[in-house]
Amino acid sequence: MSKNSSLWSDAIYRLTRNKAAMMGGGILVALIISALLAPWIAPYSYSYQDLDLGASPPSAEHLLGTDILGRDLLSRILYGARVSLLVGFVATGVALVIGVSWGVIAGYFGGRVDSVMMRIVDILYGLPFIIFVILLMVIFGSNLWLLFGAIGAVEWLTMSRIVRGQVIVLKNQEFVLAAKAMGVSNFSMFKRHLLPNILGPIAVYATLTIPAVMLLESFLSFLGLGIQPPMSSWGTLIKDGVESMEEFSWLLIYPGLTFTITLFALNFFGDGLRDALDPKTTDN
Amino acid sequence: MLAIFVKRVLMAIPVLLAVATMTFFLIKLAPGGPFDAEKAVSPQVLKNLNAVYNLDASQWVQYTDYMTGVVQGDFGPSFKYPGRSVTEMISSGLPITFELAMYAILIALVIGILSGVLAALKRNTMLDFIPMAIAMIGICVPTFLMGPLLVLIFGIQLELLPVAGWGQLSGDKILPSITLGFAYAAYIARLSRGGMLEVLNQDFIRTARAKGLTERMVVIKHAMQGGLIPVVSFLGPAIAGLLAGSFVVETIFQIPGLGRFYVEAALNRDYTMILGTTIFFSAMIVFFNLLSDLASLWLNPRSRDV
Repeated sequence: MSKNSSLWSDAIYRLTRNKAAMMGGGILVALIISALLAPWIAPYSYSYQDLDLGASPPSAEHLLGTDILGRDLLSRILYGARVSLLVGFVATGVALVIGVSWGVIAGYFGGRVDSVMMRIVDILYGLPFIIFVILLMVIFGSNLWLLFGAIGAVEWLTMSRIVRGQVIVLKNQEFVLAAKAMGVSNFSMFKRHLLPNILGPIAVYATLTIPAVMLLESFLSFLGLGIQPPMSSWGTLIKDGVESMEEFSWLLIYPGLTFTITLFALNFFGDGLRDALDPKTTDN
Repeated sequence: MLAIFVKRVLMAIPVLLAVATMTFFLIKLAPGGPFDAEKAVSPQVLKNLNAVYNLDASQWVQYTDYMTGVVQGDFGPSFKYPGRSVTEMISSGLPITFELAMYAILIALVIGILSGVLAALKRNTMLDFIPMAIAMIGICVPTFLMGPLLVLIFGIQLELLPVAGWGQLSGDKILPSITLGFAYAAYIARLSRGGMLEVLNQDFIRTARAKGLTERMVVIKHAMQGGLIPVVSFLGPAIAGLLAGSFVVETIFQIPGLGRFYVEAALNRDYTMILGTTIFFSAMIVFFNLLSDLASLWLNPRSRDV
């Protein structure tokens, strides 16, 4: 990896100079830490009900107010962050594993393998995947693991195309030919020679997939087809907020704001990472 | 050109067949029979019910019967609304969803192209920055948040527009159409700005200017034809997105369109309705993707021989 260190330190240098990306990154880190620490930093339990209090606007005891059942909104947003971020990262991980292996195999072996695999991707591209996710959720019931799998299974297509393109460029370079001549096995070829060289684009696309995945999860939860109560994600909080927004607008506004800021942060960070790793796109 | 056209159309057929088949057998995997919700029925009644709905036949016969029906436009009966057929429900919801989608696309195209082209022409001025900042908001704020926020502002606080319905109160089509169109306006603005910037630097634009054409002629006749190709290729996939958007918008505004029927069918586990609409949606998406593919081929001669 020492050969790559200049590329990476160069990229980190460029990334740190991009203010929007750094701000996005900072927000994300803060968010992830507070989601992880939710049981300790949340002022109340997410399910603690104060029925006498009911829905109350933001106050000193409840910084973001309470919902109809008297549950503290800030605590619920913090706990919701755990579910939303978990879905974002795990489903992206699933997409990453499928997409990278598919792309590497198609690109590396080429020929008929490649054309069959990529034709399959072309066909899948044309399908209404959102409907398939809904179909799966209906048939097998909405459980969290299925949600990860279903969303991940939808989002890998673009990743496989990107990886395949990179591998095709790499596989004709001398160091790969040399490794092949030395009898390196296919698996260690992927692990030691191909993967380290395509980490950049993979990292970029992964950061841009996370917001897409989170959007899909909250979309499903909003329709009532995703996360089920008593668990809550930002999507379900927004859904609850919409139902009572006429009298208690804070129940919609704060979860909505949190979600939007997170999407902004992820998009800015992803864009910044892309610019940092691909110098060609920076100066225009 | 004709050969490509025929090839693309022929490729769509196996795709649709695969979708319909996959959906059919996936639905069969779903736990529970369609009549589990009924009160305990005697075996004889259940047998008759199964016979009426063709459920006593073998899976293969059910499949071929269903597919024969679909080809003739018959999607079978709805399990949750006895006496109504899926075809009836689709044809009652479709015109409404279609109208909503048309308004949304129209809003998206007009606002998106205008602001995108203008931003490209007035690069690095306020006319570029402000629309592009708004576009960024449009991309980051999801439809299911944008809709309720618009309702809260224009419907509840300002009391300017109705908060729900479709075609009952004057002006009740405005908020749903804007909600659905906004995100696409944002994407189209970014795409047309990018496309225009690329084209405006090319030699043929310089030639057109050197010929002494007015700036208006250069932009409208020469630059836009090439600069808007990305927008045309975006429109096909956008239809798929509009469909998903219509699920949300029709739920928020309580519009009796196809999208709301679909969500209700999913929540009620009305399996035949889900099956029918899934096949129908897939056919629409494949069709619109085909259309936008062909349109961009026609606009961009260079990609024809691929």
